Amino acid sequence: MSTLAHVFEAAGIATVALGSMRKQIANTAPPRGLWCDFPLGRPLGKPGDAEFQHRVIAAAFELLQSEGPVFAEFPESITDDGTGVEACPLPPRHDPDLHPAIDEARGLRPAYDRAVERFGNRMGAGRVVDADGVVDAIEALIRIEAGTPWKEAGIPGIPARVCQDIRGYYETAALGLSDHVPDAWAGTRWFLDHTETGAVLLGARAAMRDAGVKQPIWFYMAPGDH
Amino acid sequence: MADRDMKALTDDIETPVFETTAFTAPPPLAEATVALVTTASLHHPDQDDFAPADAGYRVLDGGRRDYVTGHWSPNFDAIGFGYDMNTVFPLDRLDELAERGVIGRVSDVHMAYAGNQFDLSTIRMDTGPAGAKWLRDQGVDIALFTPV
Repeated sequence: MSTLAHVFEAAGIATVALGSMRKQIANTAPPRGLWCDFPLGRPLGKPGDAEFQHRVIAAAFELLQSEGPVFAEFPESITDDGTGVEACPLPPRHDPDLHPAIDEARGLRPAYDRAVERFGNRMGAGRVVDADGVVDAIEALIRIEAGTPWKEAGIPGIPARVCQDIRGYYETAALGLSDHVPDAWAGTRWFLDHTETGAVLLGARAAMRDAGVKQPIWFYMAPGDH
Repeated sequence: MADRDMKALTDDIETPVFETTAFTAPPPLAEATVALVTTASLHHPDQDDFAPADAGYRVLDGGRRDYVTGHWSPNFDAIGFGYDMNTVFPLDRLDELAERGVIGRVSDVHMAYAGNQFDLSTIRMDTGPAGAKWLRDQGVDIALFTPV
């Protein structure tokens, strides 16, 4: 992003770049850079907090007063301690004959639809598989986890992209199940560590790794620290 | 999983170093046309999704609010943007600043690139300058850049 700021500035547009990673924005040194120590994915800091977002923008626009390149730090940090988890009541088992992940995904559909109605569909599903296709995609992951080679499992696209859609479906459903502003990473932790489908996804990813599949194919199915 | 762990994964990725820094003096903010440029791979549902290593850009209509993230990296929190688009793309905040007279006007158009680029040559030499020229031609004076 800071590279683009250099390019746009050279084209005659005055730029201000926000950055969440200090080393990257400091090294690339855009013409006006504001390091904000906020979680990745939240450059304005706090969802649903217009006043805080305005403070960030005001600090950014303050840099326009500088007569030369400038780097500054936003004075407030937001720290994720790695413990916040969305408190989402998962649907009770409906059909005991189904794999629990499939039963779960079907049960979450009303919450997903409710969230899309309220918030829009900003983070998936829909890149490769839409909400109607999520169950089929999870079934493919179940087959991979059970040992089917991934290319024979019927996964409907590049595994990383399919998994982003599944994660997006679940995290969108989480918005429909909760009544508060989600903490950073709380939706991801809930999905990966507390749902049946999260366990299937990580199991399928591990099976691909253990089968010798090329690292970029399986690695990006989940965040890199998993 | 904690945010610091995710940042540590990419903290040492090599970043480009510019020998010189371009600098454009902005007009007074209260007279300026301001746009957002994000590397969150945002697009409208009816636009092409971003491909892997897609160095192109998408023009975002400021009159719409149906922005979708097409970013390929799984290494950022997405639910904040899902809850409130302004967490990444603070267009409502810019509109409020324009209403208050803090900024001159909000551009009708904005831009999105994909931030997950390892080879930056195309962006530096081709799609970046092309997007910048296009946005400048729309009358934009100032751009606020946001990542994910």
